[in-house]
Amino acid sequence: MATALRFPANVSTFNNYNDLHPDWTQREVSTGTTIMAVEFDGGVVIGADSRTTTGAYIANRVTDKLTPIHERIFCCRSGSAADTQAIADAVTYQLGFHSIELDEAPLVQTAASLFRDMCYRYREELMAGIIVAGWDRRRGGQVYTVPVGGMMTRQPVSVGGSGSSYIYGYVDSNYRTGMSKEECLKFTAEALTLAMERDGSSGGVVRLAVISEQGVERQAILGNQLPKFSTV
Amino acid sequence: MALSCVLEPALSGFNFDNSTRNIVLENGSEEGKIKAPKPMKTGTTIAGLVYKDGVVLGADTRATSDEVVADKKCAKIHYIAPNIYCCGAGTAADTEKTTDMLSSNLTIFSMNSGRNPRVIMAVNILQDMLFRYRGMIGAHLILGGVDCTGSHLYTVGPYGSMDKVPYLGMGSGKLPAMGILEDRFKANMDLEEAKALVSDAIHAGIMSDLGSGNNIDLCVITKEGWTISDLTESPL
Repeated sequence: MATALRFPANVSTFNNYNDLHPDWTQREVSTGTTIMAVEFDGGVVIGADSRTTTGAYIANRVTDKLTPIHERIFCCRSGSAADTQAIADAVTYQLGFHSIELDEAPLVQTAASLFRDMCYRYREELMAGIIVAGWDRRRGGQVYTVPVGGMMTRQPVSVGGSGSSYIYGYVDSNYRTGMSKEECLKFTAEALTLAMERDGSSGGVVRLAVISEQGVERQAILGNQLPKFSTV
Repeated sequence: MALSCVLEPALSGFNFDNSTRNIVLENGSEEGKIKAPKPMKTGTTIAGLVYKDGVVLGADTRATSDEVVADKKCAKIHYIAPNIYCCGAGTAADTEKTTDMLSSNLTIFSMNSGRNPRVIMAVNILQDMLFRYRGMIGAHLILGGVDCTGSHLYTVGPYGSMDKVPYLGMGSGKLPAMGILEDRFKANMDLEEAKALVSDAIHAGIMSDLGSGNNIDLCVITKEGWTISDLTESPL
């Protein structure tokens, strides 16, 4: 619609703070972020850092970016905090409705498709990179990635967010098929730690969750308990 | 969604009629151009924390219009429901109207359903509305309240993001306020300690930020009810 696209230049937005207020605290809230998900036989391990930034200010240093969508389906959120929270809320509603209609637990692929539909349809307005992961009876543990733009693809291991660029090498060289749950937890924690070390927009604590037929187990690794690497 | 709503939102897109009018006014006639009035900001330091028996919210009372103090005793702690209060930073008109609408909607909901509103419901309604307006409503809010599920403190940003936190500072004075809160916050503090911490956090904001000043307002919300008190600081 023509009216919706015309933004008159003289309408002052709240971003026009004068010199009293540092500009870098006034940006939109972004989840900077490193997120990761790994499939193993019997479930998935998902992980995220805990830092939300507005410009250079850390708005929340203990964020939970692992958002439940259904009993055994989670999503890891990266990008704009507002956009991803709104999308996750909408998909939670749609999936819940679908599951009640079916009278059955929903498939992870269904959840991922719902995310993809929304992220692709509104791709110009949204800034959201999401990893959908969970367990269902038909295909076991699955990880689907829905990056910015609205593509969807299934991957055995997936990383996302601004910090992911620093750990592609680590993930590619250290991932093996057939890892156990404990190995996956260690792999995820170490990868996230390395990303948090190098990416300014990622930090805080490492949040992990294991999703399997038995349910969801969550844990947090605090700053002083993170795995240690070279201090050079 | 609330069972019924005050001010049914427009069904499609934005309405920029007033902006078209503003452009016409600004470009004006030969006699002179008419300048659009500058929106009043609330400069502001606001803070909140969860303590043993409930929530303490605090705010300064200065409203600025650029460098001039427009209002020395501005009330930034807004009533939402008997058990929920909201501190607002950002554009004064936006925080005022948004919290008014929220309060009206929750009152209607209470009357319809016979239930006391929950803090998470207020947060959801705010998120829906602010997200729909894509950040054009400059409201940075801290919501605190006590309901049947416990004591809660949430922050909602102008783009519609929310965070659930045990303590928080917002506004232009948030950096000094957060410094004090990060240093001294403990879980399950008692009332006097909590009030002292919040007022010290606001005080730090007033001291270190030009956009905050004058008095400190405190609001304590517990299961039993709420009290608002003024702490009179000498004008700075």
